[in-house]
Amino acid sequence: MHALDFSFFTWAVFRDYILGGMYFSFVLTGVATLGGIVFGTVLALMRLSGRKVLDVPAAIYVNGMRSIPLLMVLLWFFLLVPFIIGRPIGADLTAVITFIAFEAAYFSEIVRAGIQSIPRGQVFAGQALGMSYGQNMRLVILPQAFRNMIPVFLTQTIILFQDTSLVYIITAHDLLHGFTVAGNNLSHPRESYILAAVFYFVICFTLSWLVKRLQQKIAIIR
Amino acid sequence: MALEWQVFCQDTIDRTAVAGCFGSGGDKGTQTYLDWLLSAWGQTVLVAAMSLVVALVIGSIIGTIRTLPASPWLTRLGNWWVEFFRNIPLLVQIFLWYHVVPVVFPAFADVPKMALVVAGLGLFTSSRIAEQVRAGIQALPRGQRYAGMALGFTTPQYYRYVLLPMAFRIIIPPLTSEAMNIFKNSSVAFAVSITELTFYAQQVGEETSKGIEVYMAVTALYVISALAINRIMAFIEKRARVPGFVAQTGGGGH
Repeated sequence: MHALDFSFFTWAVFRDYILGGMYFSFVLTGVATLGGIVFGTVLALMRLSGRKVLDVPAAIYVNGMRSIPLLMVLLWFFLLVPFIIGRPIGADLTAVITFIAFEAAYFSEIVRAGIQSIPRGQVFAGQALGMSYGQNMRLVILPQAFRNMIPVFLTQTIILFQDTSLVYIITAHDLLHGFTVAGNNLSHPRESYILAAVFYFVICFTLSWLVKRLQQKIAIIR
Repeated sequence: MALEWQVFCQDTIDRTAVAGCFGSGGDKGTQTYLDWLLSAWGQTVLVAAMSLVVALVIGSIIGTIRTLPASPWLTRLGNWWVEFFRNIPLLVQIFLWYHVVPVVFPAFADVPKMALVVAGLGLFTSSRIAEQVRAGIQALPRGQRYAGMALGFTTPQYYRYVLLPMAFRIIIPPLTSEAMNIFKNSSVAFAVSITELTFYAQQVGEETSKGIEVYMAVTALYVISALAINRIMAFIEKRARVPGFVAQTGGGGH
């Protein structure tokens, strides 16, 4: 049995190695969630529009993204984005762009299910009031759908937060990267991985507990 | 910009073109990038399939004990299991299995890294399958359990003959997406240098500087694999269908 020694992990180590990575992971999660919801809603509306020109490209995009691993998507964007923009943009920004594009596909499925869960009568009621398609969506359907979707959005956000660790493949500076570097520089790699697991566990466990609480609250209001 | 697919016909060591695109094979034979691509696909399939078996077995056990009547400690154990493996990112779990477990527990010192990755991916997925199995069992009408009891079945018997056969049929759709997930998630094995598809993409893309061609080939193989799993599970779902039961829940019509 190999003895583990956690005494290397001081406040200074946390501040110098971990804090920046943790901040980046949170920012990446937040930006990807917001961007994913916005673009995901656009994709969902395209798929529900009933027009082939909009529906088919959106379906190909969503199903394509969902059938390849995030790691491959990261590699693709890391290769292609500098090529398209014409200059290198760095791993961190690549990670942000990739996550928005990738999560949009997942969020669009949530939004689509949310919109479809609204009874048809609501759509007809809006139409009977003389609303246009846009008005009907904006004023009647989407507000109700989004409220139903909040718990699922948050659950997806927790998964997203865990997935941010995958930016390892393009060496972006996230929470896990912080622990990896700290472990190697201070020659405690094993303890550092365990601490990484503890950090992720505490954050994700707390968030999922909060989501559960929120779910109960929303259920009462309904 | 033209794509140069002949990169796959090159020998992996001296980068000369090999006629017919396949190397001579064998221990001392030559290997082309096409050969390597196919063996990387094999590794991906192997990791995913073995992990799926581990995840299904353990996930079913954990999911089942979380629904047992009057065994609060087993239920608690199941809940802890799920929370533990669900709230740590897969990549971190793989690092724990690969870097920490063999050192802290000497019994694991000689375990091949493939087995460690399978353990990591399998246990991670087991927590998700356990959730689905639990939900499947709890979705059954309570009367089914009572009916089993009324027939004089013991607890293992009514689980074996009444509850589980129906629960597993209900959860085939979520299990399908889990099987597709495990295939995609097997890509984290790249992090411990198992030569599966994602590792191949990164390695060969860099080695040949033909990233686009290499990534396209790898992406195509992932898409084909995802479609294949989807079809296989649809086939299983069709074969396992209980006529009256599905007609009732399947919806359709008016």
